[in-house]
Amino acid sequence: MQVKTYAEYASTGETPEVLFWVGCAGSFDQRAQKVTRSFVKILNHLNIRFAVLGTEESCTGDPAKRAGNEFVFQMLALQNIEVMNTYGVKRIVTTCPHCFNILKNEYPSLGGNYEVIHHSTFLQKLIDEGRIKITDTATFKGKKITYHDSCYLGRANEIYEAPRKVLEELDAELVEMKSCRTKGLCCGAGGAQMFKEDEKGTKRINIARTEEALETNAQIVAAACPFCNTMITDGVKSKEKQQDVKVFDIAELLAAGQGLETISL
Amino acid sequence: MFTILQIVLFIVLCVTAGFLAYKGYLRVYKNIMLGKSEDLSGDSSERLKNMLLIAFGQKKMFKNITPAVLHLLIYVGFVITQIELIEVFIDGLTGSHRIVFHAVKDIPALRFLYVFTISSIEVMSVFVFIATVAFLCRRWILKVPRLNKPELKGFPVMDATIILVSEIYLLACIFSMNTADMALHNGEYGFFVSNLLMPAFAGFGETALHVFERTGWWGHMLGVLALLVYLPYSKHLHILLAFPNTYFGRLQPKGYISNMPEITKEIKLMMDPSAVPPPVDANAAPVKFGAKDVFDLTWKNLLDAYTCTECGRCTAACPANQTGKLLSPRKIMMDTRDRMEEVGRIKAANNGVWIDDGKSLIENNYITVEELRACTTCNACVEECPIMISPLEIIVELRRNLVMEESNAPAEWNGMFTAMENNGAPWQFSQQDRLNWKNG
Repeated sequence: MQVKTYAEYASTGETPEVLFWVGCAGSFDQRAQKVTRSFVKILNHLNIRFAVLGTEESCTGDPAKRAGNEFVFQMLALQNIEVMNTYGVKRIVTTCPHCFNILKNEYPSLGGNYEVIHHSTFLQKLIDEGRIKITDTATFKGKKITYHDSCYLGRANEIYEAPRKVLEELDAELVEMKSCRTKGLCCGAGGAQMFKEDEKGTKRINIARTEEALETNAQIVAAACPFCNTMITDGVKSKEKQQDVKVFDIAELLAAGQGLETISL
Repeated sequence: MFTILQIVLFIVLCVTAGFLAYKGYLRVYKNIMLGKSEDLSGDSSERLKNMLLIAFGQKKMFKNITPAVLHLLIYVGFVITQIELIEVFIDGLTGSHRIVFHAVKDIPALRFLYVFTISSIEVMSVFVFIATVAFLCRRWILKVPRLNKPELKGFPVMDATIILVSEIYLLACIFSMNTADMALHNGEYGFFVSNLLMPAFAGFGETALHVFERTGWWGHMLGVLALLVYLPYSKHLHILLAFPNTYFGRLQPKGYISNMPEITKEIKLMMDPSAVPPPVDANAAPVKFGAKDVFDLTWKNLLDAYTCTECGRCTAACPANQTGKLLSPRKIMMDTRDRMEEVGRIKAANNGVWIDDGKSLIENNYITVEELRACTTCNACVEECPIMISPLEIIVELRRNLVMEESNAPAEWNGMFTAMENNGAPWQFSQQDRLNWKNG
């Protein structure tokens, strides 16, 4: 897989078009790594000159900040900003809504000013420019897809349509869950909940959301966030529906539609 | 003589109510000013637009159509009734009777306008009556879930009922006043609804009709004055505070959480090996991170708390609350307001000097750690609030205090913080392996 780091670009005096911010989940989580690779396949297929920070990338600090630890957040943020400003980064694309939100909204006042794009918007623009050609229609023929709104894309940054536009490219039926868009129900991972046990309650949030997804009878739940992906995948498993319902990121689905990826339904 | 007595009584009541109301609103203002200063000036055109659309235009209410329509009826009815109140007020001060009517009755166009206005108020009042009964039914018979949550037990539910019942009382007064007045003057005024109600008063003599008219007039006036005084102690205060609260509402994307500049300073010192730390001022108050009590929140957070009318849209939308966790965003706002009131009472009892009562907004029958921990920061509560209140800002400030001041975090979070500090990821993976995904 062809991936160049910013350091490699800098050594040849070249400038990439965009920095792909992979994020911790995309770097380390096995499921999210697949999404990272699918997105890179699309970028490479379209000859987009992107760079990653590789080992120079650190967590954006999102879970620490939302848990209340501003120290850890700012330590990481200021380090990341120093790295990016040294390279003269201008544009960032990321597959993680949490990274997207914090880079776009909270880095500027710390000295990190970039154009930050979530991959849903990035892919939608490529579609609008006619650069993405769907070649595989067989995979999605007659299938239903339901899109789960990530809180940090949707309510946090009012991106509701871009991921849906991406899914509309595929030859499948897009169905909505009971709560969607501004009323979209959280997967349960945000605010650093991903990293701890739930408080006492009657149900886990990801189960509540998975139930809404299952009610649509969709074969595919589309996510645009690695944490939502994990939470709903877990929910589907605990409902023992993993044979009938699969959770994919919009990048994986779009890569499959372009014949760059095979997915099993 | 009797007229003079009425005028004197009217003025005494107005002045007394005005004084009590002044004290009540001053209390609210002082309590809001317990908070930290925050500069929210500027962007006035955008802020004005928000206020007009969201408070005046009730834009966000219309996400939920049934209560939105009912609420709009009461709101419009309330606003236009104020026109009739102007005449009531002048009559009270001068001892006149329907002074505006008598001034315009010989000018056909103005007379029409007067009758049309009062008739519109009457028609709106009928709608207000229907909407108020519907609201009482939603609360007491249909038991809409968000209006029947544990945090409403006691005063809050009584407060809500007092407001709805007093609306019905005010309507009864208006119709008693107008209909009896019409009956006394053979329907001369030609008000639309009281014209229809007149047959109900047909059996009464002149004296009885006078009593009905005067009772209605005084009852309405007293009701209005009583509500004016009660308002700063009630959740109903939103009818006023919705305007400043939407004006000063956040303009950033909802995902934005403020950065703490005091921490930026410290970290920049840490990162710069040649930095010379500034001299420490021994007299400066110690820096406190996050909020433990109402003093540590901003005045906007406290304005939010007083603006909250306890409708519970936030709580109904909260994923933690929906899945049985203790967290209720509405309770966050109510606890903040209640603590503010408590602090205000202590200060008032000690000539404005704060005497530490050893309590804070966290625990002490206010917001528990368990509630704070359950938040996913999903912004559903912020999105739902029809008047731009943010429970999330308060939750984050309290979490900051727990984590940074009290070192009170779940063990998993502490592990996560350590991993983030040591290897730049919330999990224990080496930063050197960050690019390994490309080999998969």
